[in-house]
Amino acid sequence: MRYEAPDSVEGAVALLAGARGDARVLAGGTDLLVQMRADILDPELIVDIKKISETRTITEEKGGWRIGAAVTGAELKEHTKLKKAWPGVVEAANLIGSTQVQGRATLGGNLCNGSPAADSVPALIAAGAVATLAGPQGRRDLPVEDVMLGPRKLALQKGEIVVSFLLPPKHPRSSDAYLRFIPRTEMDIAVVGAGVSLTVDGGGVITAARVGLGAVAARVLLVTEAAQAIIGSRLDEAAQGRLEAAARAVCRPIDDKRGTVDFRVDVAAVLTRRAALIALDRARAN
Amino acid sequence: MADTATNGHAQSFVGTRTIRPDGVDKVTGRARFGADFNLPGQLIGRVLRSPHPHARIVSIDTSKAEALPGVKAVITRDDFADQPSEFIPAGEMMMNYKDVVRNVMAREKALYEGHAVAAVAATSTAIARRALKLIDVKYEVLPHVIDAVAAMQPGAPLLHDDLFTAGVEPKPDKPSNVAKRIEIKLGDLEAGFKAADLVIEREFKTAPVHQGYIEPHAALASVSEDGTTELWCTTQGHFIVRAHCARLLGLDMGKVRVTATEIGGGFGGKTVVYLEPLAIALSRKAKRPVKMVMSREEVFKASGPTSGATVRVKMGVKKDGKFVAAFAELKYQAGAFQGSPVQPGVFCAFAPYDIENVHVIGYDVVSNRPKVAAYRAPGAPISEYAVESVVDEIAKKLDIDPVDLRLQNAAHEGTKAAYGPKFGPIGLEETLNAIKKTEHWNAPLRKWQGRGVASGFWFNIGGETCASLTVNEDGTVSLVAGTPDIGGLRASLTAVAADELGVPYDKVRPIIGDTGSIGFNFLTGGSRSAFSGSMAIVEAAKQIKSELCARACKLWEAKPEQVEFSGGAVRPLGALAEKVKPMTIADFAKVAGKTGGPIGGVGRINAQGAGPSFGTHMVDLEVDPETGRATILRYTVAQDAGRALHPAYVEGQYQGGAVQGIGWALNEEYIYGEDGKLQNAGFLDYRMPVASDVPMIDTVLVEVANPKHPYGVRGVGETPIVPPLGAIANAMEQATGIRFTELPMSPPRVLKALKEKGLRKA
Amino acid sequence: MAKHHIHAQINGDDVEYLCETEETLLDVLRDTLHLTGSKEGCASGDCGACSVMLDGRLVCSCLVLGCEMHGRTVETIEGMAQGETLHPLQQRFLEHAALQCGICTPGVLVASKALLERNNDPTETEVRYWLAGNLCRCTGYDKIVTAVMDTAAAMRKG
Repeated sequence: MRYEAPDSVEGAVALLAGARGDARVLAGGTDLLVQMRADILDPELIVDIKKISETRTITEEKGGWRIGAAVTGAELKEHTKLKKAWPGVVEAANLIGSTQVQGRATLGGNLCNGSPAADSVPALIAAGAVATLAGPQGRRDLPVEDVMLGPRKLALQKGEIVVSFLLPPKHPRSSDAYLRFIPRTEMDIAVVGAGVSLTVDGGGVITAARVGLGAVAARVLLVTEAAQAIIGSRLDEAAQGRLEAAARAVCRPIDDKRGTVDFRVDVAAVLTRRAALIALDRARAN
Repeated sequence: MADTATNGHAQSFVGTRTIRPDGVDKVTGRARFGADFNLPGQLIGRVLRSPHPHARIVSIDTSKAEALPGVKAVITRDDFADQPSEFIPAGEMMMNYKDVVRNVMAREKALYEGHAVAAVAATSTAIARRALKLIDVKYEVLPHVIDAVAAMQPGAPLLHDDLFTAGVEPKPDKPSNVAKRIEIKLGDLEAGFKAADLVIEREFKTAPVHQGYIEPHAALASVSEDGTTELWCTTQGHFIVRAHCARLLGLDMGKVRVTATEIGGGFGGKTVVYLEPLAIALSRKAKRPVKMVMSREEVFKASGPTSGATVRVKMGVKKDGKFVAAFAELKYQAGAFQGSPVQPGVFCAFAPYDIENVHVIGYDVVSNRPKVAAYRAPGAPISEYAVESVVDEIAKKLDIDPVDLRLQNAAHEGTKAAYGPKFGPIGLEETLNAIKKTEHWNAPLRKWQGRGVASGFWFNIGGETCASLTVNEDGTVSLVAGTPDIGGLRASLTAVAADELGVPYDKVRPIIGDTGSIGFNFLTGGSRSAFSGSMAIVEAAKQIKSELCARACKLWEAKPEQVEFSGGAVRPLGALAEKVKPMTIADFAKVAGKTGGPIGGVGRINAQGAGPSFGTHMVDLEVDPETGRATILRYTVAQDAGRALHPAYVEGQYQGGAVQGIGWALNEEYIYGEDGKLQNAGFLDYRMPVASDVPMIDTVLVEVANPKHPYGVRGVGETPIVPPLGAIANAMEQATGIRFTELPMSPPRVLKALKEKGLRKA
Repeated sequence: MAKHHIHAQINGDDVEYLCETEETLLDVLRDTLHLTGSKEGCASGDCGACSVMLDGRLVCSCLVLGCEMHGRTVETIEGMAQGETLHPLQQRFLEHAALQCGICTPGVLVASKALLERNNDPTETEVRYWLAGNLCRCTGYDKIVTAVMDTAAAMRKG
């Protein structure tokens, strides 16, 4: 098994594009190493991207935020300005695993592991994040909701990697929130994950919203109907009801060792509502 | 707090919160657990396991594996002699080695997913793993059955064609998955129910749960050319390991020296052998040491969790609250071989109560999952979950306070338990009253919050125990015990030795001796190690004291009645005191050679008189009605320790058992697919409580001295896991109005029940 | 495939070792460097028994490759005491009986030290959530939390 740690995006792309056997990107390793130990993966080549500075930085860009794909959850949490701007994204990243896991896990890895239950993805989708990919044909941007196509299925071509994420500029009266349901208080994979981002006007009416729902379908969903259900409202009880119904309608979950179909649908509705209320409180406070 | 007898001994360290002698090594990482031992030239051993829950093993071809460079030995069923079917004592256990040899290495059939089918020893882990892939096993897959009730049905897949149900008349002529039927009877059950004003009958179901020790099984074996065997393993009973390995491999026990390493949790799950015979067999073949460590997946798939079960309880009560009739029928999974803890489950079910008419029936049922191993008060948490739930329902229906109802019916000194013995002094009522005195008892509750109470007990055992005390030339004392220390035992034994001999605590240094260094000790289990170990230490100390008095008499030319041992010295009495000065242990040590030789004592006992420990738990929880998630808000344990040799480690047992019970009640379960394979063989989806899941666990140390022990000690380790399931189910009932008769009460189950009752809105 | 030749700093010492690509930092610590204080409970990052500090960050060493360590610094349980002087956490764990079998203790101590270095006045909830990645099956966590908070109070007093 080969291990390479290139210091440039081009170097990483070349290695991955030129690999004969299975080649995997190593960022935090919190999924890759587990799958290797469980004999699910046996890569011929591991490409460690952490020496590529572009993947490790958080910078303001055009009023928004560019976050490197290999920035860890713990580093996100310690970035005061980012946390203030996007509390939902940061809290979502910091729900992945334990304190130890957050010391290593990254947004890039969380997305590219291809699990519909990934904690950071619904929040990134709600935030309107765009992933910047780099591959043998050059760079391209893809909205995060279009990167994961299904369980372990990504829209990436051979040799393509996620380099960074761009969070759009935020309206002053907007905020976001992420909630997940797990049976314990920590450590579990999300049974349902709901990310909501919204903007209110001076009168407290929601003028824009995005809703991401995870672990209730084969991919993480951008639920436009849920957003429409609350735009133009103050998230009164009727709007909450419409929001819940929209969340329910879009769920296509499975029965598994973590939850039943019925349970996921019910809880998706509850969490979407609760996350929206938190985002609203945060937006009003801004 | 503690208000009962000290049995006349002057206390100095016993009962105080000393620092455990093995503590510094544990907090610095120096302590050596099973996987921390290595020998030069060692090979790494790994096990090939059946992917099928039930299959005939048609053939095993190991030739390609043996040919792989770096592979030094491969073993299969052919390397183990078959054992006849008979029950043989191994200490206090009765083992059927026909089953043991088959569990250690499958013979005719693979009986569970994870069953060991072959093993290799190679020069590296990577080579060993590759070698396993080269072993060609031909299976004939058979239909499987997991659930106990399903396994009892006619037509269910049969695991053993030579298993006939014991305990039924007439003796059956067809084999079955029901290994045995047992029952206990007291009084006249029918008359009891006739006299009852209220009868409640309920059926309960629990899932298999694992002991969940953080340290996987590990063994390191080194066999010499003449068969002398050294084994280091993480175990609760190294003498039992020796007995099993000697038997399975045809070795003289005297040739096998087993060292119990520090052990990273056991809770009963490390009282049997898995890797040990394999490591020895591989080492014997390879002529090099072989180290084997289980992965976490192997621990879940191939070591014994406890039974899942179905329990039916029917109780009759007078309207004033007096229990008049109690019936229960228990069906416990044994796993692939017979031996579920259904018997203790039967015995413990109604044991906290004084009931005239009792009938309990139990079935031990085999099914295609790992053979169950003991899990802390084996069998009792399940039956007492069912009984304590029904008791709670009775309290609600009769509008009697649940603690008062238990007090009214509580077993006390003189009560004849349905399983036979008459109780001596016991502390159940004291624990119930202690609960009522807590601040917790009166704390207000809000909507969707509930409080539950339950009691429970465990018999505790004594058993064969050896421990020695040796006085070194400088007056320090070496203590050798023979039961592995799973949680603070050495601290307690050191305190007892220090007090008995009147020497400072830090002048006594304890070790757990290997099987060559001390006489036979039954394993650490049955809540016996502090109880029996301290008795053996008292005996050893007696011998030393008596020996030193005899030496003093010689030196002082005195008669026995002129001397006595007290406060760490032999003291002259009466007139003699004007002629000679007292001699301390250290003084004798200086002249040991001249006065008769080395000074020491060995306690060799079969400890009797273990007293049961009763406990009562109280828990507050809150349910989120929109998600079904329960949060434990507050928890109090009151339990009778007889006499707490080391209060902090006794409290630790109460707290640890309670939290295991919380996991069992709310989230832990083995999840099997239709294919009979375990779906959650890891800590991610086998959900044990994490630190943020639980609050502080308040403890009340009740001490009703056990008159049969020199310090009044009762074992405490197992009782704490018995009441939580019932207490939490009872709290859930108060919080939601729903009686949960199936565990775990996980959020999907709770939410479903709330929906069915139309209760979902906050 | 030739092994990787790594120079790292472990517990303040310059260390050199060889490792295969698939070996984790935990494998290297335990099997190559004979630092067996960090334990393997699950090899999947779910139990925290292998916790170490990597460049000042709390991580599971079973989730880090040994070949990633070139030029990095690692602190394990073996480096926590200073000569014969135990770290206050180690001392208080003993005083509070915050361990029973002791297998989780190295990981819990490393994690607790990381917490107190960041936050010297944690609430009970903060302690519990910080330590959620450290499984303990023996103690029920009560005395662990008490010991950590007691140490924090003592360290604040200075």
